[in-house]
Amino acid sequence: MAVRADDDLIAKLGDSIESSSSGEEGLVLTVKPDAVRAAVSALKDAGYEYLSYLTAIDRGEVFELVYRLCSLEPLRDGAIKARVPREDAKVGSITHLFKGALWQEREVYDLFGIVFTGHPNLTRILLPDDWVGHPLRKDYEDERLERRPNVY
Amino acid sequence: MEETKELTINMGPQHPSMHGVFRVEVVVDGELITEVHPSIGYLHRSFEKMVEARTYAQIVPITDRLDYVGSALNNVGYCLAVEKLAGIEVPERAQYLRVIAAELNRISSHLIALMASGLDAGALTILFLHLQPREKLLDIMEKLCGARLTYNYARIGGVSGDIPPGLADDINAFADDFLKTVEKLKRFFFGSRMFRQRAEGIGVLSREDALSYGASGSTLRASGVNFDVRKAQPYLVYDRIEFEVPVGSAGDSYERALLRVEEMRQSVFIIKRALEQIPEGRVIAEGVPRLLAPPPGEAYARIESPRGELGFFVVSDGTPYPYRLKVRSPAFSNLSTIEAIGPGCMIADFVITVGSLDPVFGEVDR
Repeated sequence: MAVRADDDLIAKLGDSIESSSSGEEGLVLTVKPDAVRAAVSALKDAGYEYLSYLTAIDRGEVFELVYRLCSLEPLRDGAIKARVPREDAKVGSITHLFKGALWQEREVYDLFGIVFTGHPNLTRILLPDDWVGHPLRKDYEDERLERRPNVY
Repeated sequence: MEETKELTINMGPQHPSMHGVFRVEVVVDGELITEVHPSIGYLHRSFEKMVEARTYAQIVPITDRLDYVGSALNNVGYCLAVEKLAGIEVPERAQYLRVIAAELNRISSHLIALMASGLDAGALTILFLHLQPREKLLDIMEKLCGARLTYNYARIGGVSGDIPPGLADDINAFADDFLKTVEKLKRFFFGSRMFRQRAEGIGVLSREDALSYGASGSTLRASGVNFDVRKAQPYLVYDRIEFEVPVGSAGDSYERALLRVEEMRQSVFIIKRALEQIPEGRVIAEGVPRLLAPPPGEAYARIESPRGELGFFVVSDGTPYPYRLKVRSPAFSNLSTIEAIGPGCMIADFVITVGSLDPVFGEVDR
């Protein structure tokens, strides 16, 4: 499937886009958290048929979600970003669009504690089920964690 | 006919057929698997948290421990991402050396994958066939990097050392010899009914599922998608080297293994051409600070590892430590397809199907 012009996509998503850029990393759209599903779906329809990965970054007040999507033949990169508030970290699941998200969303839930609504089986995947806390959060505390060394 | 009763069986994590520490609960009806409930994480070391307390240069040897069968490629992938973020130019000679190390490592990794598949099927010939070339490969890698498994070869800005005198001849001699081994592998392994009967038409992954699950590498190409990062988004000097990417169509366990054999052949050609083309010069960029602090920002670099698209997503906040480092693990995504291709296998063939995805648990669990 040919990739349609990015402008069409931006027009289609309208107000839900907070910012967009197009550079070496391909099309990058920052959308409102409640529009993630619609945005991923629109990109998929536009030929971005492959979910390379999805992950999160702890930015303090917010978690920044990153979905890297691409079309493969030829390779064309795209990404969706969304900022969800730390206090109520919730976002719609995209497992109905990409089965690869089944495990990836579980991983983000496991390590960041972000809830993906609509995921059929949102349980911990890498850590044991009875683990307390979400390690990749910056405020996660564990005495076994290494501290940053002093470097000069 | 007698009625069978549904039974849930636990396989792994401590079982040689599970290729590391994979646990899976299978629901069986007689010998036939009807449901698959995989469970991973037994080798989780929290790599992504661990690296947040280390400087960029200190992380290189830890990347070795991700995909420990293809560690030279992990180094390269990580260094490419950091270099992209920090804007470091790598000398041409170092780029060629990285290609050579990566392709040598790809061959030794594929040898392990095939050997394991052979063992699963009871085809022991392959084990004995793979020992000698792998031993020679490890000797070559030892001379090149000083280690036999965790190479730690790529450095931010280049590689740790130049190719020692005489090793290029050794590699060339190995390459010529290895092409004969590839033919033998094809004959003894893929001609053998032992393997064919238990892999052909079994564990079929459709093109749609392969894309949807985010599979990559030979798992994706066996399902008919022509995607190889080396061709799609050439990094290092792959755009200057001629080689082919084998693509399949059946998507079964047999073809996933078969593509690996062909890939090994192509890797041999890449190595030979790289040795012909390699220019003189430095092997590490000048002026890379020991305590590198890339400017705030983010970068994603992907490479073609033996398992598929291996990516490193680095986020910097301007300090000498990465703010966030995400590993896009091909083995993780490939293994997740087991939920789709497991049901319908016999228990014994399921083991071969898992093996055909070539999961390495250092990378799946991170």
